[in-house]
Amino acid sequence: MDAAFDEMNGSGGGTRIPYARLEDWLAHMPRELRSLKQAEAEALFRRIGITFAVYGEGGDPDRLIPFDMFPRVFSGAEWARLDRGVRQRARALNAFLVDVYGRGEIIRAGRIPADIVCRNAAYEKAAVGFVPPRGVYSHIVGIDLVRTGPDEFFVLEDNCRTPSGVSYMLENREIMMRMFPALFRENRIQPVDSYAGLLRRTLASVAPLKCEGEPRIVILTPGPFNSAYYEHSFLADLMGLELVEGQDLFVDGEYVWERTTEGPKRVDVIYRRIDDAFLDPLCFRPDSTLGVPGLMDVYRSGGVSLCSAPGAGVADDKAVYTYVPEMIRFYLGEEPVLNNVPTWKCADASDLKYVLDNLADLVVKEVHGSGGYGMLVGPKASRAEVEAFRARLCADPANYIAQPTLALSTVPTFVDEGVAPRHVDLRPYCLVGERIELVPGALTRVALREGSLVVNSSQGGGVKDTWVLAE
Amino acid sequence: MRLSVDHTTRYSYASPVRSLVQSHRLTPSVCEGQRVLSWEISVTGGIRGADFTDGAGDRIQGWSIAGPLSEIGVTVKGEVETTDTAGVLRGHREAIRPEVWLRETAMTAADAGLGALAARASGEGSLALAHALAEAVAGAIAYRPGATHAHTTAAEALALGEGVCQDHAHALIACARLRGLPARYVSGYLFAAADGQPHEAAHAWAEIFVAGLGWVGFDPANACCPDARYIRLGSGFDARDAAPIRGVARGASGAESLDVAVAVLSAGQ
Repeated sequence: MDAAFDEMNGSGGGTRIPYARLEDWLAHMPRELRSLKQAEAEALFRRIGITFAVYGEGGDPDRLIPFDMFPRVFSGAEWARLDRGVRQRARALNAFLVDVYGRGEIIRAGRIPADIVCRNAAYEKAAVGFVPPRGVYSHIVGIDLVRTGPDEFFVLEDNCRTPSGVSYMLENREIMMRMFPALFRENRIQPVDSYAGLLRRTLASVAPLKCEGEPRIVILTPGPFNSAYYEHSFLADLMGLELVEGQDLFVDGEYVWERTTEGPKRVDVIYRRIDDAFLDPLCFRPDSTLGVPGLMDVYRSGGVSLCSAPGAGVADDKAVYTYVPEMIRFYLGEEPVLNNVPTWKCADASDLKYVLDNLADLVVKEVHGSGGYGMLVGPKASRAEVEAFRARLCADPANYIAQPTLALSTVPTFVDEGVAPRHVDLRPYCLVGERIELVPGALTRVALREGSLVVNSSQGGGVKDTWVLAE
Repeated sequence: MRLSVDHTTRYSYASPVRSLVQSHRLTPSVCEGQRVLSWEISVTGGIRGADFTDGAGDRIQGWSIAGPLSEIGVTVKGEVETTDTAGVLRGHREAIRPEVWLRETAMTAADAGLGALAARASGEGSLALAHALAEAVAGAIAYRPGATHAHTTAAEALALGEGVCQDHAHALIACARLRGLPARYVSGYLFAAADGQPHEAAHAWAEIFVAGLGWVGFDPANACCPDARYIRLGSGFDARDAAPIRGVARGASGAESLDVAVAVLSAGQ
């Protein structure tokens, strides 16, 4: 943990090239200017109204997430590899979804156990037997990455349903450009503002066969009380699409319609930001009033497209995650460009032996746990805690997986005392439709507390602008 | 056997509703042992919507009904030629893997009572075990209409020791899953004049997946396997999931009442 790789200063060998010009920038930033700029950034965020919790963490929807002005920078070459890896993963995850809701070849081939897929709560029986347009289930794939060295990147998790946070990627850039226009003249930073256009094109490209002419696309939100509502309306504005709630839509005959002041308009594509369970009370939770009754019947008969497709969540499940490298080999015949965090499945006898032998150095998690409950962080636990955990692990090994503790990379960050390294992660947003698109940018989250590895905004995390330099 | 079905469901609303959307699973399954001679579904004022066969092989038909309306009727009339397949579901196209049907739902959740019941059954191989489980459930829950309601769980019905076909099916599904056998709820019709018992003509039973044989029906309510007296409509994890009619009314403020009349007759007699 103490030997974290710093993305600007490397491991002590001087400033790394992508950050070279920032040295100057920093040198010419006296403390007063910095405070001034920080206040300006905050005012801008407030004015725009970007105040929501990233990644559906809940919390106060009006709270501002701290923005750190020190950018994170990738060279063109570094990004090229991430780009290949992220696209590869997005293709494999979609191929997996087509397969497990279709013929199930990967299960028949014994490359993933049937139970992990079929008995998974996110596996949606109603999705079986219908292939969505272009065979795409997950149209926006958010991949969470961490870095541990100059060339070492690991995928922490995949988000195949409706990953949030992309509005931060766009707004962080907007604000940096307004505050430091000179930086954008001096550095050849690749733009990210094509994202909205690409997202719209992606959504249009998966319109159902029955759609004639220009597809009508809407964004379906649970409403203003949702923590990501800001993002829903932000994206609707950027793409020039209607933002609707369930009550604005209805099923009549074979189609879904939107109530408008000019009468009902047929809807072809719904970018839905509500979970499967709430989509349609006739198919899922009967008590849900957020969705549209009859929507799933229209979807399954090819009358409307849903992005992401119902059931896409089985691809980003924790237990399924360990098999993603296998999916890449199975469907694409390629070796993974980006590695998973090495994971030992305690259900496996030899893995279990390794875990028990190295318990004090590992992080051990429950397969289906979340929020850090029932978890052992070996290096931070007392000997007694490790031994107590060992007993629980031995009693039910199949319930646990183990991973090494990763030394997440750091990026210089403005703190009260000046500039100091803070740990970061990365979420690029890959678009999958007729084509696979990835803008050269991502959301960087930063753990603002010294030494902290927790980048969650609910626990002191902030965000940074993320640059990809042109070669 | 040639069975004729006349099934009417009438929904009445105390105050008029703005519109209705329904999803029907009211068409006989395409499988060996049942051949549809005629089949007609009508909904008063209804517009036909989505029409497709889902991954479980069930024919789904959506309907929308514009209001305001205070009453609608769903009528099913038809004739089906049936033969006895000894409960085995053959020639039925479905895409859902059997393992999916191991999943528990609130209505089929196991408890200690169901666990004990499932553990007591024994048989050589899956088929014999499935028969033993069906017998055990039939013995543990007596047929008594009115003892349970639409939301009674398998565990509650077993504790009560009484119930109707829905409760028998739920209990058998729970027990089969406990023993590692995929199981599901089946809704359909039953011609019941033969045994003289007053079972509902709108009927439900369970199917259990037996490796090497496929899906096999078991009707613990009648202590038998489905035969030529049965017409299969569709399946689900439990009664709610397999419901032949699901619907939502928009702008419903008053009470909804339901009146169902089902007659299944032997047309050949």
